[in-house]
Formats: sequence, structure tokens, C-alpha cells
Amino acid sequence: MSLYGLQKLMYELNRDEALQSQYRADRDSILSNFKLDAEERQAIDDEDIGLLYILGVNGQILMHFAAMCGYAWPDYIQAMRDALQVHGNVRAGIYATTDGQGAI
Amino acid sequence: MSLVFAGVCSHGPGITGRKDMADPQHVAALYAAFAQMRHKLEAAQPDVLVVIAAEHFANFFMNNMPAYCLGLADEYSGPIEDPEWLGIARTTFPGAPGLSKRLIQSLLEDVDVAYAEEWKFDHGISVPLHFLTPACDLPIIPANINCQGPPLTPLHRAWAFGESLGRACTAAPERIAIIATGGISHWPATPDSGKINEAWDREFLTRWAANDKAKLLSYTDAETYAEAGQGGFEIRTFIALACATQGMPAAVDYYQPIPIFAVGCTVGTVDVR
Repeated sequence: MSLYGLQKLMYELNRDEALQSQYRADRDSILSNFKLDAEERQAIDDEDIGLLYILGVNGQILMHFAAMCGYAWPDYIQAMRDALQVHGNVRAGIYATTDGQGAI
Repeated sequence: MSLVFAGVCSHGPGITGRKDMADPQHVAALYAAFAQMRHKLEAAQPDVLVVIAAEHFANFFMNNMPAYCLGLADEYSGPIEDPEWLGIARTTFPGAPGLSKRLIQSLLEDVDVAYAEEWKFDHGISVPLHFLTPACDLPIIPANINCQGPPLTPLHRAWAFGESLGRACTAAPERIAIIATGGISHWPATPDSGKINEAWDREFLTRWAANDKAKLLSYTDAETYAEAGQGGFEIRTFIALACATQGMPAAVDYYQPIPIFAVGCTVGTVDVR
């Protein structure tokens, strides 16, 4: 697991419009700079916000990345809830749910 | 006395980005509270606004995370978020690098503060400025406390940072306004978003308004995490401002939990006269 690299990829993308453009034009040229395992790479390729949440991405990074991927707020929240049902609670970090389900 | 205004407020991105999803009466009351805060700020005729913030990975990452950092830039840009998502257009704000440099030099007597000549605002600063300086013409100095990526600075160090910052501002000839922005209890950007511990919030705000150092510093991070969520770590900004304004009467002008905004929305001001 290379959560650090996964989060750094999203951190760099979230704050840099030019990098976002390059990412959309040639994703591999960006991803090759970050050490991701197969599950993380698949989650990025699929823009699977729910799985990225489960992997432990800090919510403040994930929220911005989800918006960059075009997720509307209700869809973003729902993606995380659905992922909890599929994968169980968050595996790392401080953004685990309090009861593994979500409060609302 | 060069501190001419002080206050605290929320900064949740939903406040602007999801305003159409909230109870219209709540939105109207919150926006009115922000407008009142802006009127007080403008009446104080500040030369510069220092914003004690808890940025969300717009500038700092775990490769080199400062516990404290002040901006030293000629200008600042933001928000980094998609403008449509946040409901705030991208813009630039003037900085005040001369004052920044003096404040940093003064702070370094007490606190090993970092500084940054590049700084992009995220919702943590852009939302308050959207309401408080809509013309984007008041020079800004951002002052960040890492509240997002543990290990975090202890609360007593946030208090000491506020003390040093308050002393530096007081010694400066400029008319300085200072705000702190953060959430109280909240579980932002998670499936728990919307959960708010109102009783915890009200107790914290009572301690903040009373400027009660012992009680403000009595929280452990474990307790805060359990009772106020990961967003509760942002109380560091309120605590720093409390120390910067020691001995001055403070009041909570507005508090209302608004779940779709993911936070108990708060506006408070300090009587700095």
C-alpha cells in the first residue's frame, strides 16, 4: 500500500489546473511519477471515489479530487457509503466513519 | 493599539457551494451574520486582514508540513476548487509582504513559524473572504495552523502562537484586523458529513467567549476526535485567536447547526476597543 503516493498525486492535481489538463490529455505521463499499487491504480483509473475513501485518502484531499472528477455532492457522499457496504470501514487515516455506516 | 478588529467564523465549502440545498431561513440568517461581521470589519477601517486558517492541502502536504506558516506573498490566488462546485469565482487578493515580514520576524522570537511566498487559498480562506471582503481589495496575510495532517501541534502551542501573533500585531503601526476560521465539531468530507455535536460546540464556544485558557486547552486530541470528529481539530484556530485577544470581551453572534453545510455555522466577534 502506498497511500502517501496516492494522496500526493491527488494533492498535486487538486491545486494545479495545468496539471489537471495534462492529466486529462495523457494520464500515464502523470501517474508514472507516483508509486501506486495495483488496487490504487485501478481506483484512480476508475475514478472510484468510494474505494479511494476506503483506502484511507484524507477526506479533505478526496473531496477536492471528487469535485475535480465531476462528482456532485450527493453522489460523492453516496459513493463513500456504497463503498462501506462493499469493502468495510476505512483501512487507514483519520477519516474512518464512526460506526462504519455514515451518520445521515 | 493596532489591532482594530477580531472575530471567528466558519468556512465550510457547503456554505457557498450547497446554499441551495439548505433551509432558506438558515441560509438567510447565516448570510446576515456574515454581513454583520463584514460591517464591523469595514467600520474598523483595517489596513490588512490576517486570517488564521486551517488549510486543506492546498499548499502543504506530508512531505514538508509546517505546524505554523505565515504568507509572505505580494498576492494570493484562489480558490483552488472548481469555482462552480464552491460557488466562488477564482480571483486574486493583494498581500502585505512588508507587514508579513515584520510579523514573521517578531513571531520567530517565540515560535519557529514557517513562511511562504507562494500560497493558494482553498475554501478555508476563500469562503470567509467571499463574505468579508467581496471586493477582494483588502490586503490579506494568511496564517496557517496544520489541523489536517497529524501529528498536530498541541493546543498549548496554538495558544502560544496566538500570543506571539497578537503581540506582533499590537506592535505594528498598521490597523490590523484578524480573524480565525475553522469548524468546531464536524465530520467533513466523510459519509458522516452532517453530523454535528451541538452540545460540544456550545460548550466550546462558551469557553472561547470567556477566553478561558484552562478550559480551552483541556481538550485532548483523542477526546476531540471521539466527540467532535476530525474536523474538531480546527479548534486550534479559535484558540490562537482567543490568546491573541486575551482580556477582550468576546461574543458568539451566530451559531446554528446546518447539516448540509457539514458544520455548526458560527460567527463571533471580539470587542478590541
